[in-house]
Amino acid sequence: MTDKTEGGVRRTAWRLAAGTVLMFGFGFALVPLYEVFCELTGLNGKTNNDPAAYSAPASTRAPTVREHETVRVQFLAINSTEMPWQFQAPETSELHIAPGAAPIDLTYYAHNMSDRDMVAQAVPSVSPGRAAQYLRKIECFCFQRQALAAGASTQLPLRFYISPELPDDIGTITLSYTLFDVSELAASDATASAEPPSAQGS
Amino acid sequence: MSADHHHGPASGITRWLFTTNHKDIGTLYLFFAMMMAFLGGAMAMLIRAELFEPGLQLVEPNFFNQMTTMHGLIMVFGFVMPAFVGFANWQLPMMIGAPDMALPRLNNWSFWILPFAFSILVSTLFMEGGGPNFGWTFYAPLSTTYAPPSVTYFIFAVHLLGMSSILGAINIIATIMNLRAPGMDYMKMPMFVWTWFITAFLLLLVMPVLAGAVTMMLMDIHFGTSFFQAAGGGDPVLFQHVFWFFGHPEVYIIILPAFGIVSQIIPTFSRKPLFGYTSMVYATAAIAIMSTLVWAHHMFTVGMPLVGELFFMYTTMLIAVPTGVKIFNWISTMWRGSMTFEAPMLFSIAFVVLFSIGGFSGLMMAIAPADFQYHDTYFIVAHFHYVLVPGAVFGVFAGVYYWLPKWTGRMYDERLGQLHFWLTFIGANLTFFPQHFVGLAGMPRRIPDYALQFADFNAISSVGAFLFGTSQLVFVVILVRVLKDKASGRLEGAVGERAWEGVEGLEWTLPSPPPYHSFTTPPSIR
Amino acid sequence: MTKIGMRTIVAALSALSIPLLPTATLAADGLEHAQRWQLNMPYGVTPTSHVVYDLHMLIFWICVVVAVLVYGVMFYSMAVHRKSRGAKPAQFSHNTRLEVLWTALASLVLVAMAWPATAVMINMYDASDSQIDILVTGYQWKWKYEYLGEDVSFFSNIATPDDEIYGDAPKGEHYLLNVDKPLVIPVGTKVRFLITAADVLHSWWVPDFAVKMDAIPGFVNEAWTWVEREGVYRGQCTELCGRLHGFMPIVVNATSQNAYRRWLGERHAEAAAERALLNQRMDLSQLMERGKQVYQTNCASCHLATGAGLPGAFPALHKDSAATGALAEHLGIVINGTPGTAMAAFGAQLGAADLAAVITYERNAWGNDTGDLVQPIDVERYRRGDGVQ
Repeated sequence: MTDKTEGGVRRTAWRLAAGTVLMFGFGFALVPLYEVFCELTGLNGKTNNDPAAYSAPASTRAPTVREHETVRVQFLAINSTEMPWQFQAPETSELHIAPGAAPIDLTYYAHNMSDRDMVAQAVPSVSPGRAAQYLRKIECFCFQRQALAAGASTQLPLRFYISPELPDDIGTITLSYTLFDVSELAASDATASAEPPSAQGS
Repeated sequence: MSADHHHGPASGITRWLFTTNHKDIGTLYLFFAMMMAFLGGAMAMLIRAELFEPGLQLVEPNFFNQMTTMHGLIMVFGFVMPAFVGFANWQLPMMIGAPDMALPRLNNWSFWILPFAFSILVSTLFMEGGGPNFGWTFYAPLSTTYAPPSVTYFIFAVHLLGMSSILGAINIIATIMNLRAPGMDYMKMPMFVWTWFITAFLLLLVMPVLAGAVTMMLMDIHFGTSFFQAAGGGDPVLFQHVFWFFGHPEVYIIILPAFGIVSQIIPTFSRKPLFGYTSMVYATAAIAIMSTLVWAHHMFTVGMPLVGELFFMYTTMLIAVPTGVKIFNWISTMWRGSMTFEAPMLFSIAFVVLFSIGGFSGLMMAIAPADFQYHDTYFIVAHFHYVLVPGAVFGVFAGVYYWLPKWTGRMYDERLGQLHFWLTFIGANLTFFPQHFVGLAGMPRRIPDYALQFADFNAISSVGAFLFGTSQLVFVVILVRVLKDKASGRLEGAVGERAWEGVEGLEWTLPSPPPYHSFTTPPSIR
Repeated sequence: MTKIGMRTIVAALSALSIPLLPTATLAADGLEHAQRWQLNMPYGVTPTSHVVYDLHMLIFWICVVVAVLVYGVMFYSMAVHRKSRGAKPAQFSHNTRLEVLWTALASLVLVAMAWPATAVMINMYDASDSQIDILVTGYQWKWKYEYLGEDVSFFSNIATPDDEIYGDAPKGEHYLLNVDKPLVIPVGTKVRFLITAADVLHSWWVPDFAVKMDAIPGFVNEAWTWVEREGVYRGQCTELCGRLHGFMPIVVNATSQNAYRRWLGERHAEAAAERALLNQRMDLSQLMERGKQVYQTNCASCHLATGAGLPGAFPALHKDSAATGALAEHLGIVINGTPGTAMAAFGAQLGAADLAAVITYERNAWGNDTGDLVQPIDVERYRRGDGVQ
């Protein structure tokens, strides 16, 4: 091998190695990219975890309330397999709401039936997925982890409205919450950052 | 470079442990691949034995899941990929007129990582809780929260495999870009060199993403992160996106070198130049680029938004165009040639026919609404075995028969070669064709037991698998005989430089077997 | 793009194709269950399954035509252009016009396939205006069905006994495709399925409906169906979900609207009876009988029918185990599960009477003979945090 080709080989190899590292980074970059993609398209019915604000339609140039075309909104409560909690959807498990109408307050109910103090995380999901971006949560128990002592129970608040931009062809929206046990995660986060267990995780 | 490099090989075990010679390393890769093929094949036999009739007879469901997982991992990462790297090592320097690979020491490492990686992977079977049982696609959370403890070793093994592939790919690209003989322009390179060149770039593009995926798994399992756990704000579907961003190009990583081998063989035995060389190169590049844009067609049933379904349906259908171009080109090469049908040609023709059957079923799956019925059934199993077995594996056989006379200087026994071909051809079709039917009739994949109406075709499939498996012993016999002839120095069956009548290319200007260092002085290119 | 327009086109195109495969016509004749030697996809019993079948056949025949043409040329060439027949090789190596032509042709064929496929896809994604909504939750290794707004919810477990699976008894007609409680839906009604999972990924598939949707923990997917004909339709989980992935079948009983209402009424009555049990005391034999059944469907897949468990993975329940230890702990494990292991929290899955029965059973079967009787009210008290009496 001549010196010239040897230099060429070395240059090629280092460039390719740099490309490899870049692609490794890209693998991790897929995570935030995917988050953005999900929010834009409503993939998997993922909802935005930041509180929305409701502004009365009259005060802005936004479309007005579509009073005569209500949409059916259902509320579901699902326990993941390791959750020994009683987890209940609101009494009125179904509402007809006009897109753009004033926010609605509801409460879920949770009761820790086990004999240990636990921390749970509710994960929201909207079906159909593309309705997710039009269901705006102003306040939601899913924004934080929920700690419940053994035997304790609590009301979990939810405040939301349906955006007036909701497409016409969506007639039913199902908002589901799945409850997961994050006691261990919360404990390890607490020891790591010395924060109270109710603090929101990553 | 030190002077002793220009002598022959060292002797004994150290020759193989410390070798930096491209032919020695190529041989190591090929033998390793063969061992892995028999190990993965034994697992397949066990799977087919359990599925011979309904009911659980031989293995427990959990062990069955370990077998399907290991069979997939070993065949993909242990057999097909190393086999093609073996071909690359042997052939690339000879085909572009170079003395050796560009990075010989790196070459040694990238091979010797493999036996370590697979020792770790296979040893997980004997660990408490058993080996990986979550399928070769290892979807979270089955592979994270619900995995056996050995999953950590599995992740480590995958990291090592990825490293080996990446080092190999860097070496191949560096060799092709820098060591081509004067006059060997890019558009004069043989198709096999081109397909490997493109494959190597694909490897560098996606293997690091796989490494990223398993690293995220590792962090989820041991460091409390939540990439793939819904509870902590992660998403199990994200795993599938990341995995298939690697996984679909991986399919082409496996098949492109086989395209290259077949593109060398068909012109040789048609005694006619390859038809549409330029379009062949562009089609290969197009396939590679498009393969990074189709991944979610493996996920039509995860509940993607409609636009996502449609986007991936269209891109997947589009990939059929360059693939079709290749098939048309091969047939046009045969058209008005002067064909003979030795073992390499038979395997290549079977490749064209059977691979396109897999291509057709692939096209059917691209149709998203129909895929709702096909997805995760035996129809899928039939499809990917058609592209991988008569595709990649037949490509390996074709390549071995084609270049074995060059590598050893001895012609193999053609009668045994023909026998091997026909037994393999019948066995593979008997195994995989009936799987289309049970899949369409509703049999899910990855189940150790099935409903009674699937019994007949499964029995046929199992019989086919035993035929297919045992007939590979013929291949071993052929190989042993050639190597024995070579070792004993018997002159019967010795071949000259051009082992085949219609053969063209730089490697055929070297003696058979070629000297230890291929082209010490660059050849002149017409 | 209208539904009707596209359906006519698909039908017209597939009418051109003469069914070569014998069972393709069989399936179209309306046999619901997969048959021996069945070669093709079922025609199914929903409008969606029909269009999917038509689309499948359309593409199949396009592939057949292309294959016959391409292989025809190749085999002709192999027969004629061979050296043994004295063929002299031509030396051409490209033909730009031909290459452009076949690339364009291939693209055209693809567009012809993509158009009807898109229409079907849009229709499949339109789950609006459903009359019945059912939440389907995948568990390792069973399905839970919850009728929204009806207060009806139950688990559906495989009903094939181990003896049949392990060859100790002849295999029954619906081997591996039978459940204890099938999903019941009325015909002629748009039913929407909300599909999710409680642990790992699963996938809910009924071939005759052409409905297959992944069940993903934390996310709720949608699918819908409209069944034309009464009958029992069978499917299986299609996403690898662990050890017993092959043993979580799906059975849907499609009935008339009246029968469906009757069935719902029965379920309501059953739920009322279950609530009444809270105030009753059951005797040992009652509890043992019920407990054995509950154990077989919920516990035996891991702890085995003999209570022997699987050393290293699933603890044994006979002799000196949790089942003979303190009652409160035993209740705790069954009701709340054990975090970090495969032991689920059955308190959220089973009613008080079933829990009481199964715990009684475990404490008295296999020679455990603790003599402990657990009543439904005990379970209810424990759940309320009142402790064990």
